[in-house]
Formats: sequence, structure tokens, C-alpha cells
Amino acid sequence: MTQSNRIAGGQIDRTRTLSFTFDGVAYRGHPGDTLASALLANGVRLMGRSFKYHRPRGPISAGSEEPNALVELREGARREPNTRATVAELFDGLSADSQNRWPSLSFDAMSIKDRLSSFLTAGFYDTTFRWPASFWEKVYEPIIRKAAGLGAMSRLEDPDQYDKGFLHCDLLIIGAGPAGLAAALSAGRAGAQVILADEDFRMGGRLNAETHEVGGMTGAGWAVQAVSELSHMPNVRLMPRTTIIAAVDHGIYGAVERVSDHLAVPAPGKPRQILWRIYSRRAILAGGATERPIAFENNDRPGIMLAGALRAYANRWGVAVGRRAAIFTNNDDGLRTAADLKAKGVEVRVIDVRKGEEVVDSSGRLGLKSVTIRSGGRLETFPCEALGVSGGWNPNVNVASHHRGRPVWEPAIEAFVPGQGDIPGLAAAGAAAGRFSTRAALETGAAAAEEALSDLGLAVPARDLPQAEDGAYAIEPKWYVAGGKGRAWIDQQNDVTLKDVKLAHQENYTSVEHLKRYTTLGMATDQGKTANVLGLAVMAGLTGKSIPETGTTIYRPPYTPVAMGTLAGRSRGQEFKPKRLTPSHHWASEQGAVFVEVGMWLRAQWLPRPGETTWRESVDREVLQTRRSVGICDVTTLGKIDIQGRDAAAFLDKVYANNFASLAVGKCRYGLMLREDGIVYDDGTTARLGEHEYVMTTTTANAVLVFRNLEYARQCLYPDMDVQLISTTEAWAQFSVAGPNARRLLQKIVDQDISDAALPYMGCKEITVCGGLRARIFRISFSGELAYEIAVPTRYGDALIREMVAQGAEFDAVVYGTEALGVMRVEKGHVAGNELNGQSSALNMGLGKMVSRKKDSIGMVLSQREGMTDPDGYRLVGVKPVNSAEKLTAGSHFLDKGAAPVMANDLGWLTSVVYSPHLGSSIALGYLKKGDERRGARLRSVNLLAKTEVEVEIVSPHFFDPEGERLRG
Amino acid sequence: MIINHPILGPRDAQEFVYLGDAGLIERPDGLAEGAVDAFHDYLYLRDNPAGEHRELWYHEQGDRSWLVVTRNTLTHEITRVELARDVARAKGRSK
Repeated sequence: MTQSNRIAGGQIDRTRTLSFTFDGVAYRGHPGDTLASALLANGVRLMGRSFKYHRPRGPISAGSEEPNALVELREGARREPNTRATVAELFDGLSADSQNRWPSLSFDAMSIKDRLSSFLTAGFYDTTFRWPASFWEKVYEPIIRKAAGLGAMSRLEDPDQYDKGFLHCDLLIIGAGPAGLAAALSAGRAGAQVILADEDFRMGGRLNAETHEVGGMTGAGWAVQAVSELSHMPNVRLMPRTTIIAAVDHGIYGAVERVSDHLAVPAPGKPRQILWRIYSRRAILAGGATERPIAFENNDRPGIMLAGALRAYANRWGVAVGRRAAIFTNNDDGLRTAADLKAKGVEVRVIDVRKGEEVVDSSGRLGLKSVTIRSGGRLETFPCEALGVSGGWNPNVNVASHHRGRPVWEPAIEAFVPGQGDIPGLAAAGAAAGRFSTRAALETGAAAAEEALSDLGLAVPARDLPQAEDGAYAIEPKWYVAGGKGRAWIDQQNDVTLKDVKLAHQENYTSVEHLKRYTTLGMATDQGKTANVLGLAVMAGLTGKSIPETGTTIYRPPYTPVAMGTLAGRSRGQEFKPKRLTPSHHWASEQGAVFVEVGMWLRAQWLPRPGETTWRESVDREVLQTRRSVGICDVTTLGKIDIQGRDAAAFLDKVYANNFASLAVGKCRYGLMLREDGIVYDDGTTARLGEHEYVMTTTTANAVLVFRNLEYARQCLYPDMDVQLISTTEAWAQFSVAGPNARRLLQKIVDQDISDAALPYMGCKEITVCGGLRARIFRISFSGELAYEIAVPTRYGDALIREMVAQGAEFDAVVYGTEALGVMRVEKGHVAGNELNGQSSALNMGLGKMVSRKKDSIGMVLSQREGMTDPDGYRLVGVKPVNSAEKLTAGSHFLDKGAAPVMANDLGWLTSVVYSPHLGSSIALGYLKKGDERRGARLRSVNLLAKTEVEVEIVSPHFFDPEGERLRG
Repeated sequence: MIINHPILGPRDAQEFVYLGDAGLIERPDGLAEGAVDAFHDYLYLRDNPAGEHRELWYHEQGDRSWLVVTRNTLTHEITRVELARDVARAKGRSK
């Protein structure tokens, strides 16, 4: 195909030709082209189908505000849907496909929806698919979803890298048009640290799209010169292809730099995009303005564009969208388009609202063929391939409203401008501030920079600006053409028409927030950049209010859509969250252990032996072998907090509900921690190693949170206590050694005497192992066996597990995982995560007597309030199936015999279920109303989700060795 | 946001964990008469001002200081940052 619409001029490199394809057809363009400009140069105006009605659409803009020309860019895993052709930089080999059409762009079966449009008005889905309610999820929504949406995801893993970075500057300048360049030159020459960011790949903004002279040269030429001067300043960082997506707090801005999107594949080691966090002391919004259309019947045909875009394609890209063009305008800027096109040899007809003329309709199914003009009461058809529409320009206030500041109506330009001080430290300049001439842009840009410099205490250099045009911008408001029978589009991306806004008014959705949600105006990926002001102006007209009275919706970050991969940065796959390995991990891996994620930790769940085919076989063996002889388990993941100071004991009495002052040196005690509202928060054992030295253990899940709360208590509640805390979870590798042979095994490793006399039950000691390695031993038991926990510095954890396994061979020692740990704790009736569920009190857990009322500990007071001490409340119970062959299901609810399975009859639930190889049966813990009084009762355990019902007997939660004889052995 | 830590200087808010109203420092005496009512008010009754708010932040990814930050909830402007320990002492808290 030839570039039939390519004309002379423009900032493209005609010495090089790039090949690309669109919908499989090969075309050619030049470096400097966007996909849209290259397609238009090749005479392609039709680039997509609209979201709702599948109307044929082409680009209406030449920038990031584009609602229509959305394509799937690239192929395979790099395919990116909904890419705006107007900002996609052309590269050799680029491949793009149109989307939201089937089977082809020129014949789309779903365009039947266009014929049904009278049914598909605003509120259609809301009102039509309400009944029957159950149909919404199962029938309507899947059908609607299938028919809706734009491009399709590749569903393949993104092969590119993304990164995040941090930048600091005195002055961030958003936009490198005349205002931004003038600001950057002033601040750069003054020596300020400047970042100049522009979403375009070519800095200069509108200067690249205009024919005015600046400083005696072309505007584009002056921009090149300015950029060149800035690029030689070490204190200025130029960031083209970088969009400021968000104004965050305290001078922080979010930015996306498209490092490699202009290349077929990123250069080796380079990310595709970078998400920058820019810390600025001052910022200038010089993001320009966006033109808005005038709504008239069939104003969405390919070839109908914003007038300024038509001019940009001609001036910057050397493209005449049509050889014959009409310009429909209500302001002087539209006339400028007409003049520029004429100068390029395009035949132009101007329809000026201010002369009583208007465009009332258009024709051409897949591309504009003619427009119908009403002038002096007479209708006339003008054949043309392009129509430029200008309803005026809206300053790009978007980023300035990211702190919820409302833009302010400026009657002189019939548009909103950023409110003063909406974002501290941010000032608007140039067209973004509603100052549209080149001269005004340069001056306001320089002035904003000078103000920032003096705010920052830097010397302000003498102003040195080039000569530039200072043309007037006369505008007569014109929002839509009245009297049309067909549809006039306001929001082209979401297919919102004039009729929809009228319907919203009729249905009394007249506030701007209702208008937006009822019609979906401005809710598409372009956030209504070309549509919002038009839509609310129409509503203002319908309600008889002024535009400022009607109000405006504000913009939210991001300014333009951001790829999920960019937000994720490197945090994906294994890097999404850190993986913490226990000291015995490598040994366990060698044994073929099965691991389970516990928070960030990977813990051995069970360690299968050859020949074991089910997890139950392994777990049963680990439990039986431990209780018969000895078992070893890595418990390093439990939180460990070192607590020292003269007030350490008093401090523990504050944070634990039970008494700690009486704990002797060399002893451990189980501690129960409450939240201030009286609910059980955490538990663990705390050992007193010295007069003023303790080591606390916490549950794995709460290790970080308990430490945080202890710091809170120490600093905020008891600021004068002499107590110091440090987390030592990572410092110690800790193993539980449990079973009748635990002492015999450990005595082979520990250098000191650990006989019952030397280390009685609940004793603790600092010891050495393996001939001198410092270690700690605690005689505590979670399994109910004679048990110890032994701790060595973490780097010796691997050596210790190997030594214990080797020394344990004569006892047939076993290493067990978290499943066996769970079985043994349920057999002993110990509470864990399922019972410590953030809703249960000490009383519920059967630990009510532990809460000392003689001291003021956190949670003590409210643990005694009415609801918490309800005698009819839940109590921890043990549960056995009446028929031991039957399996219990966790989460099942207790019901009386014959009671219907409804909430009113609910008596409680099963919290933890395991298979006990000792009892040869499924057993459980549960919370049961008046559980203490129901021992021996027979109830039903019903699970409506698993569809199970089992007759159960309520028993003591201490299934195994209820007198605790084994652990004292 | 940037929190101007009294010891470490300006730090990004991402390093901190937010807790809530700094009124939490004024924990009632659990052994006093009427403690249940006092704790009810302490724990559950909070002002939710649109404007200046004194609140607790914890420098978890830093020096583990608890701070009292005076922040405008409408603008996020931070006008004062103090060590919570100093605030607690000033309110008469000790051991």
C-alpha cells in the first residue's frame, strides 16, 4: 500500500521507511510516526469498533486523550489490548489488530446492537436485567460480558521486565510544551535540580503541531534548541515518554516511563517500563489543553476529528486525513486549522457557529463521505473525507484535581481551569492554566518557575523569552446541534449520546455524579477527557443552570491507563513476597519433605518415607513414632522476643493476662495475651533466663504484630519502664524434641546434665551443645510428651538437625511436620490458630481462670464485660464420632437431634479436625454453647457445604493423657 | 506522604504502620472504679475529625519509634511530629 495521504512537511524521518501491519495488511510509515498517523497516511481511517454499539470508529485525536482508536498492539505474549494508536510510536515490524469486532473490522456481526440502540439506552442493563434476581449472575452477566469489553488479553506470561525507581528534585515540570520548556530553561539556568517529564516521545508539545514562529524559527525548531540546551545542563533530567500519572501527597508524584515501548523488544537488561516515585519540592503543571467536540447527529464517523488533531496530523506528521475537509468551529482556533490545511493544499470549507452555520449530520458507514450543513435555514451537503470539529479547548486540569480539588470555571475561555492551591506546591502554567497563546505559555511557564525558585530560596535569573504569537482566542459557547433525530455522541468510548444525557435528566439523575454513573459518561479508560465538559454542559442546558452551578466531576489517578506489570514492578512470581526458609529446610528437602506455606515461611508439612502413598500414612507414622519413642520438629518460625530490663517482669505482667511476676529464674510459663477488648490475641511460653532477662515466644502468624504491640505498650503506655525489646526470631534455630526418649536423645548432644532433677518440667537453661556451642533449652511441651525445645544460633540449625537425626538413630527418632504437630496438639486439647480466631475469649477456650483480676493487664477489664462472661456462651470441647469409622469435617455445626439446620438452632462449630492414630478415629475440637455442661451429650455435626452429617459425642478436649503424666516423666 | 521523624528526619510514609487516634495513649486505670465504662469509652468512642488529627504511627521499617503525628485528614498536611514516649510522659504516664 502507498502512503496516499502523505503530504509535505512534518517531523518525520523520510529517509527511513518502517514496515508494519494492521489487521494483517502491510503498510509503511516513517520514524516519528504514531500508528495512527501512519495509518491515516495510508488512507486508513477506520481503526476500531465502539464499546457498546460496535460503531465503526477512527481516531478523533492525536494524543493520549484518544477514546476510539484502541488496538491490540504486538503479538503473542507481548500483545497489549486497548492501546491508543494515537500514542503508539511506530517501529519496524509493528503489528496491530483492531478489536471488539467479529469477524472483521469492516463487517462486524455485533453491530446489530447499533440497530437495537433504541433499547440499549443509559440505564438499560440496570432496569432490564433486574428480574429475576437469580438470573443476573447465571444468565445475563455472562452474556453481557461476552458481548462487551474491548481487546482481549494474551493470557500468556508477560515476558518483559518492569522496574520501580525513586527520584528527587527541586522542581518537577509536567509537560514539555512552550510553558514547560520555558519553565525548565528558567529553573535549569538558575541551577535548580529539575525534572522535565513529557508523555510524548518528542518534546515540544503543541509547538510540534503548529506553524507559528518562535524566536524567529519554527516552533518545533525552537523546541529542539531548548531541549538541546537543557540536555547539556547536569542539573536537568529530561524524561520523554514519561507520563505523570498521579499527584500524591507532600510533593510526591507517580510517573510511568515507557522505556522500551518504541522498540520491537526491549534492549537486553532494560525494563519495558519504569514506575517512578518523584519527590519534588515544587511542581509545575504544564500539561496543555485538550480540544472538545460539538455533538451533532452521526458525529462519530471515521474521518471526523477534533480540528486541532487534523492540524497536528498535517503539520507534525505530514498527513492530510482527506483531500477535502470541513471545519466546524465556534472559536478562532478552528480557523487556524482551516488556514494551515489550506496552506497544505487541502480544499477546506469552514462552518463557523458564530456566523449562524452548523453541521447537522454526516454520511459514510465506514468513513466520512459528506456532511450536511445548515446555513441561514438552508441545508446543503458538502462531500469531504475529513471534518475537524472544535468546540473549544479544555485545560488539562486532571492532575491538579488528584487531591479532590475542584476545577474553577473560567468564562473567558468557556472552560475549567485548575483551582488555586488544590495541590500544595503545584502551579499551573500555559494552556493547562487556560493561557492559550504561545506567548502566554512561555511567560506563564517562566513566571511559575521564577516563583518556585524564589520559594526555594534560589536566585531568579533575568527573564529571556523568545518572540512568539499572542493571538486572541474568541469563543462562542456551542455544545450540541439541536433538532437532530439520530444519535449525537458525547462520550465516544462509552457510547454515551445526547439522548442518554436527556434521558438521565428525564429520570432526574441531574447531579453530575448521578449523570456520570447513570450514563457511564467519562467512566471509560480515557476518563472522558474529550467528553466530560461537553456532557455536563448539556446537562446544564437541560436544567437551566449555569455550568459552574451544575459542577464538575474530578479526575482520579492514573492520568492514563497503566499496565498491571508496571504497578507490580519486580514484585511478581517468586519476588511477589519473600519466602522464608527454616534452618532445617535443606535437610528436609533432601528427605523429600512436603512443604506448606505458613505466612512467608515454608514449613515441612510431613516427610514421606518410601512406600508411603498417602499423606495420612506419613502423618500417622510421625505421630505414633513420636509418642512411642522421640520426634523432632523445627519450630524456628515461632516469634521470639528478647525482653530485658529492671522492669521486665512488671512489663510482662502488663502485656500478659496471667501472672508473671512470680515466675522464678530458670523457669518457663505459658502466657496468654489479650487484646484490649478482651479477646484472646496470642499465646506462647516465656522463659526467665535471668533476673532481668526473659525470652518470649509468640505464634508464627503474630510474631511481627506482637512485637509491634509490645513496642506500643513500652513507648506509649509505660514510657518510664526500664525495659528493652529486640526480636530474635531470626537469631535462633529452635527444635522441639518430644517423646519418651527425648531426654536420652538430647543428653547425647547437650554438654550439661538435663536430668529431671537438673531440668524439671517447665525449666529452662542456657547450655552448650556438641562440645561448646552456646544454646538454650526449654522443657516445654506442645505435644503432651516429655519434650524440650532446644535453640542454637541460626547458622548452626542445619548442623543440629543432622546431628540430632544421627544421634537419634538408636531410638528410631522421627522428624515430624506441621500435620503431626497439629494431630498431637488436638489430642492434647491445646488451642491454635483455628481456636485463636480473633472472636474468642479466654473463657471460651477454657482458660478463663488464667486472667488475673488482681493486676491491670491489657484486655483484663473488658474480658470481664457482660457478653464475654455469658454462662451460656461457647466453651471449648472435644468431639468424637459415635461411630468411630465416620469422618468429621471442620467447620461443621452442632445441632440437637431433630433440629433443622438453621441459624436459630445453631449450637457451635468444629474448629479443628484430625485423625488420631491412637484413638483410631477422627477427633475434633470445637466451640459449643454451654460446652462444659454437655460432656457426654450426643449431638449432630452438620456441614451443609460438604453435605455431611455425623452423630458425635461431646468429650473433654484432653483426648490423650489427660492427667499430663507423660510430660512430667 | 513524608513524615518528618524527630530523630531521623523526613522519611517516606511507606516505612510506617498506622495505628489510629493518639488518644489511645490515655489508657484508663484498669483497677480503678468504673473501669469497664472508662475502657468502653477509651476503646470504642473516637472522634473522626475532618481536619486536624493527632494519630499514632509506628516506624516499623526504621527505628521502631512510635510517633504522634498531627495530620490534617482533609489535606494530609502534617504540622507536627513527636515521639509518642514524650507525649505519653507529658500526659503523666510513667510505669
